[in-house]
Amino acid sequence: MTSLMVKARQLVHEYIRRDEEGNPIATHTALDHVDIDIKPGSFVAILGHNGSGKSTLAKHLNVLLNPTEGTLWVDGKDTSDADNLWKIRQNTGMVFQNPDNQIIGSIVEEDVGFGPENIGVPTDEIWQRVEDSLKAVGMLKYRSHSPNKLSGGQKQRVAIAGVVAMQPKCIVLDEPTAMLDPNGRKEVLKTVHELNKKKGVTIILITHYMEEVTDADYVYVMDSGAVVMQGTPREIFSRVDSLKAHRMDVPQITLLAHELKKAGLDLPDGILTREELIEALEKLNESFKGRNTLCQ
Amino acid sequence: MKLDKVNYIYGQGSAYEMYALKDINLEIQDGQFIGVIGHTGSGKSTLIQHMNGLLRATTGTIYYNGEDIYAEGYSMRKLRSKVGLVFQYPEHQLFETTILADVCFGPMNQGLDKNAAELRAFEALRSVGLSEKLYEQSPFDLSGGQKRRVAIAGVLAMKPEVLILDEPTAGLDPKGRDEILDQLAKLHRENHITIILVSHSMEDVAKYVERIIVMNQGSVMYDDSPKNVFRYYKELETVGLAAPQVTYLMHELREKGFPVSIEATTVEEAKQEILKVMRMHD
Repeated sequence: MTSLMVKARQLVHEYIRRDEEGNPIATHTALDHVDIDIKPGSFVAILGHNGSGKSTLAKHLNVLLNPTEGTLWVDGKDTSDADNLWKIRQNTGMVFQNPDNQIIGSIVEEDVGFGPENIGVPTDEIWQRVEDSLKAVGMLKYRSHSPNKLSGGQKQRVAIAGVVAMQPKCIVLDEPTAMLDPNGRKEVLKTVHELNKKKGVTIILITHYMEEVTDADYVYVMDSGAVVMQGTPREIFSRVDSLKAHRMDVPQITLLAHELKKAGLDLPDGILTREELIEALEKLNESFKGRNTLCQ
Repeated sequence: MKLDKVNYIYGQGSAYEMYALKDINLEIQDGQFIGVIGHTGSGKSTLIQHMNGLLRATTGTIYYNGEDIYAEGYSMRKLRSKVGLVFQYPEHQLFETTILADVCFGPMNQGLDKNAAELRAFEALRSVGLSEKLYEQSPFDLSGGQKRRVAIAGVLAMKPEVLILDEPTAGLDPKGRDEILDQLAKLHRENHITIILVSHSMEDVAKYVERIIVMNQGSVMYDDSPKNVFRYYKELETVGLAAPQVTYLMHELREKGFPVSIEATTVEEAKQEILKVMRMHD
């Protein structure tokens, strides 16, 4: 039986605000009966506006939060069972937005070795893991550098290496590129895709950048704590108007294709890349030419 | 504002001497909407901190309205109320119990009485599009995008002539990003304030600004209109930047034999250009 990497059934999370005496004064439902299925080895993206519940969901995956209602299984283990806590945390690595908050070592390789050392991995193996993970993120030649001299993208890759060194089955990245310049964004995305393809690590990417989603296997869109859309990137981005209603956007190329179609060009829905748009325009061009020759 | 041969050197005279800004000459005209782009560490933040006197140039001069800001007796305090700077993640600097009080802090600090300060605060909050129902609430109960707008209003309430923003949309969702940028465009259009926008998003810069300053290794690499700057997309890539997606598309279409102009930098321009070419058949 192939079990799911992540399975959520009717998952609810309520934040309770309390007054100074600790009496509850308001509740806020951050996750509202969420169902999610994520297969091992897949690349899943989660979109949603600020405050839609994405980060709350991420915190559940790593048992930083516990369900108010419903059940969440990570790698087949129920997150509300305290006995599973450490097993799940080892298997699910987290990468956050700000690389400066995640790096603690004064030398890159020490930082990457911190996690494995913490769980009692033998010294020889720690070094092996450090080397492997730095290689996997393309940062091996910086192993003896100080992290504070690195660029944002490089720091974020070191943070990812620190997670990879724990040999997790699944990595959750919560807006890992929000603070990076275009090159840094590209580096991090490429690294994450390689981990997914070469090492088979399940990737859950939370992002606001639509361009980062086009290569995912599956996309969930969240709004007000609920899953409001799901499907392949092409299915999701074909629905430009519903996405906009959820405060989301589409990649620039998809938007352009959508606008061209509205203006009367006969293009397919859900064009994601420049190559696809060029191909569609060429095809259209051919058919125009064909028609014109017929007329002559 | 005019920057004349400005240099900023870290650790001058030591083994770690490094130019964070190198020989910067810039003129910023009244009422311009300018984008500053550059990879992390290119000198963008150092540059804008010189513009309101937070950092002092090692050599060179900065003139504001014709006055040398380093001249003896020049009031930096006055400069800072004319040149407002919104830092990255400005919502981390909110501190008051209500939104209104937070936005009043700046004008009261300038010496305005409570009534005058509140008038300014109302005007500023309205101009960032925040609903009046929220003014008496705690700023900490707002969403990320709303908090950021309160923080921007805090600077606007001081009535700056120049507004500088360091990545005002980082971490916001697409709608929140558009809302902030649209509001800035409106402020620029209606109140004629000069806006300098530091951004990592080439698409946003292409859509909103009239002039782009590209920073690289502490120097100005390009300083021109978006069309002219993004023409150098290959050079931009070598310094960790890029052109908007549509610019790449236009170049590729051109290579495939479509007679499109490669100048488009926004979705709207690309659309018009492609439609023009496709309709030549009719």
